[in-house]
Formats: sequence, C-alpha cells, structure tokens
Amino acid sequence: MVLALLQNRIRNFLRELGELAEITGEAVASIRHRRPSWKDFIAQLHFVGVKSQSVVITTGAATGMVLCAQTYFQFHKVKMDTATGAVVSVGMSSELGPVLACLMLTARVGAAMAAELGTMKVTEQIDALRTLATHPVDYLVVPRLIACTVAAPLLTAEAVVVGITASWLVGVHLLGIDSAYYLANMNRYTSPEDILTGLIKSTLFGAAIAMVGCYKGLTCRGGAEGVGRATTEAVVSSSITILVANFFLTLFLTRLFKV
Amino acid sequence: MIEVRNVTKRFGTQEVLKGASLRIDRGEAVVIIGRSGGGKSVLLKHLVALLQPDSGQVLVDGQNLCALTERELLRVRRKFGMLFQGAALFDSLTVFENVAFVLERERTHTPAEIKRLVAEALEWVELPGIENKKPAELSGGMRKRVGLARAIVYRPEILLYDEPTTGLDPVAGANIDGLIRRVWEKLNVTSIAVTHDMPSARRISNRILMLRDGVIYADGPTNDILSSTDPVVNHFVNGIPSGKTTF
Repeated sequence: MVLALLQNRIRNFLRELGELAEITGEAVASIRHRRPSWKDFIAQLHFVGVKSQSVVITTGAATGMVLCAQTYFQFHKVKMDTATGAVVSVGMSSELGPVLACLMLTARVGAAMAAELGTMKVTEQIDALRTLATHPVDYLVVPRLIACTVAAPLLTAEAVVVGITASWLVGVHLLGIDSAYYLANMNRYTSPEDILTGLIKSTLFGAAIAMVGCYKGLTCRGGAEGVGRATTEAVVSSSITILVANFFLTLFLTRLFKV
Repeated sequence: MIEVRNVTKRFGTQEVLKGASLRIDRGEAVVIIGRSGGGKSVLLKHLVALLQPDSGQVLVDGQNLCALTERELLRVRRKFGMLFQGAALFDSLTVFENVAFVLERERTHTPAEIKRLVAEALEWVELPGIENKKPAELSGGMRKRVGLARAIVYRPEILLYDEPTTGLDPVAGANIDGLIRRVWEKLNVTSIAVTHDMPSARRISNRILMLRDGVIYADGPTNDILSSTDPVVNHFVNGIPSGKTTF
C-alpha cells in the first residue's frame, strides 16, 4: 500500500518534470525561431519588475538589517565588530539576496501567473487561443519567461544594494561600528565572483519561477478549486526548486570561479 | 469537408465517444444534438483538434489532424472560427483587442485596416461602438456576440458553435440564432453547432446529427429529424422524459 503510493508519487513527479521540460523546450525554441511580441514583454516586465519593487526593497532592507544585527552580536563577543560588513555583503550578494528576493517573487509573481493562466484554462480561454491559431507558449509563456529572467537579477541587485545600505545604517549609526572599517572590510572580502554568483542564481531562479508558474497554470484542471490548487503548487514547487537549486549552484559556481 | 472516422475518447473510466463517425460537407449548416454530458462538446472539440481521440481519425479537407503536431495544427485551425459556451473572451483585453487578436498577431494588416475590419465585425453582430469596453462590462448575450465577431473577423471557412444559446433568455437566444443563420447565409461558411435547445437547432441548421451513447444515432435533414417517428429521437426533440409513456 505504502509502496504503491510512493510509486504513484514518483511517477507523477517524473511525469510533471517531463511535461515541464517539454514546455520549457517549446518556450526556448519559440524565443529562438519566432519574434516575441515586445508589447507583451513590456507589459510583463512592468508587472514582474516595476510592481515588485516594494516587496523586494522591504525584503532586502529587513534582511540586511537583521543579518547585520545578529552578526554584530556574535562577532562583538570576539572583538570582530568591523567584520560585520563583510559578512553582510558576501551573504547578501551571493546567498540571501538572490534566494530571498526570488522567494518573494515566487509568492507575488509565480502565484499570479499560475492563477491567471489557470483561470484562462478553466474558462476555455486557452482553447480559444488555440482556435485563434496562436500557440499558448508563444503568447503566454514566452513574454513571462523573458520578463522574469530579465527582472529577477535586476530586482536581486536592488535588494542587495538596499540590504547592504540598511546594514550600514544599522551597523554604523545604531550599533556604533566604525564606518571606515565597516566599508573597508566589506570591500576587501566581497569579490566580483560573489556578485556574479548572485546574479547568475537569480537569473536561473527567475526562469524557474516563470516556467513553474506557467506550467501549473496551463495544466490546471477543475474550476476554482483547481485554480487554487495550481496556485499553491506553483508557489510550493518554485520555492523548493529555488532552495534546492541554490545549494547545488553554490557548490557548482564556487568551484567554477576557483578554476 | 470534415470527416470523423470511428473516434473514441475516454476520460478516466468514462468512455464518452465510442466510435463516432460523421461527414460534413462544405457549406452545410449542421447541428449536433444530444443529452447534456453526452459528449457533444467533446466531439466538437475533436473537429478542431482541441482534443485528440484515443483512436480513430479526424480529417479536414483530407488532412488527418491526429497526425499533426500542435504547431502544424495552428495552420489548419486558421480555417476555423469557434464560439465557446462562455464566449471565452480574454479578460485582460478590451473588446477591440479581443476581436482584433488574430489580425494583430498575423501582422499582415495595417492598424487602419484592423480598425476597419473590427468595426465591420462588430457591426455584423449589431454591437457597434463598444471597442473600448472590457468583457466584464458586457452581458452574457453581448459576450457571445463579441465572441462571434472575434470568430468571423478573419473570415474562416468553418464556424463551430458550442451551445450558442445556453444561459441566454429566449429573446437573446433567438437573436444569436439569427446572427448564426445570417453569418452562414452571407459569409458562405460551413456552420457546425452543438446544442440541446431544439428551437435553436430548428433555426440554425439544415441538417441534424443526434449523438447518443457515444455514437451518431440519427442523421438527416432538420425537418426529418424534428418530425422523426423513431422513439428515441422523438422523445429527445420533444423533451419527453425517458421511461414515461406519452399521452
């Protein structure tokens, strides 16, 4: 019984993975061989990039401040207060910036994509698209994929800058760390590779958010309940994808940059 | 010409189509009738390859749709226009953008031409001047008419209607039927509708197919089917409950 259930789960997981790979392949082929619509891309870029500003800035600032405070509290015990800036900078650039900014994007953008496309599916709008001689991947997936892939690294960079600035304010003006040492250690220990790592990660995470959100929406079944389920699954799957992929990307990119 | 050969379709354990076959020639106005949940809409969606059969073939002008990829099907679907049960207008677009959708995607018309063609299509469905409204601002009947305008604006050869009068009051339903009839007569299209609304079937068809138990049970000119003495057909078209005797 348990074995059968497990087998069923694994089979479903592999089937979904295969379908996701198929839609991703179709989207990449569409980008390569067809002319994506600028109008649709700009609309999506506005939705993903511009309208996510407040959530990303808040996330970046809150993360930078709390990371600064916690690091300071521990480092202060061993008289390493001035290394706080370096820890915040490296942590925000390569790990916390991309992961937390993209998790917030998942909640805001991935969920919206799954809900919008899911509603279109259950109200036959996707079928209508197909009868109007339009491939749903060309019209719905490609603009969202490009917009998320472009917007995610930009939003991450914004979150990192805001986070580091907020940490400097907390560290220097609230906790009393010397500004010159704070900035000097930050510059000394933060390498271009750390920043590049964060940008590469967030680019891949952005693509994953768009593809998982669109896939869950396009394969939604049932009415309102199905749309709700697709939205939840999109957020859960994208979040897990980001967290798991982050670990492997950290290992891979660290080795790559060492070479 | 559309030909369906021994099409079967199963959803889970439920076999909806059990070897349905039919042939519709160019220029016909056909209605497929049958009980609710009997597979009429499923059959209609097979005609435009929105669903693929488990077995059997669907041929449009001799081309087997089951053998084509989704991208190849896009070219074939250009021959079709479809009015969905709930109209399926794109919520995020205005009426103009909905009706102009195909024309703008094809990039073969100038903006001025598109504007003129959309205005013409909206005139056809007797809704001029509503280009800037959103679908949410329209009534059910208006949504269906805009859906029809979207389906005819690019002059398809075959028009499919999925329950065109469902959810409308009798007057609005009769208006839609009038439009369907006028489009068939004036635009020289093949018209295929599914419905269980008998007055509507009488108004918009010159041939009726009856789907029962997953196969085409009856096929003939509209008047012959509506006056059929076959008990199954007679009970259905006259709305006589099954298992009850007639008085």
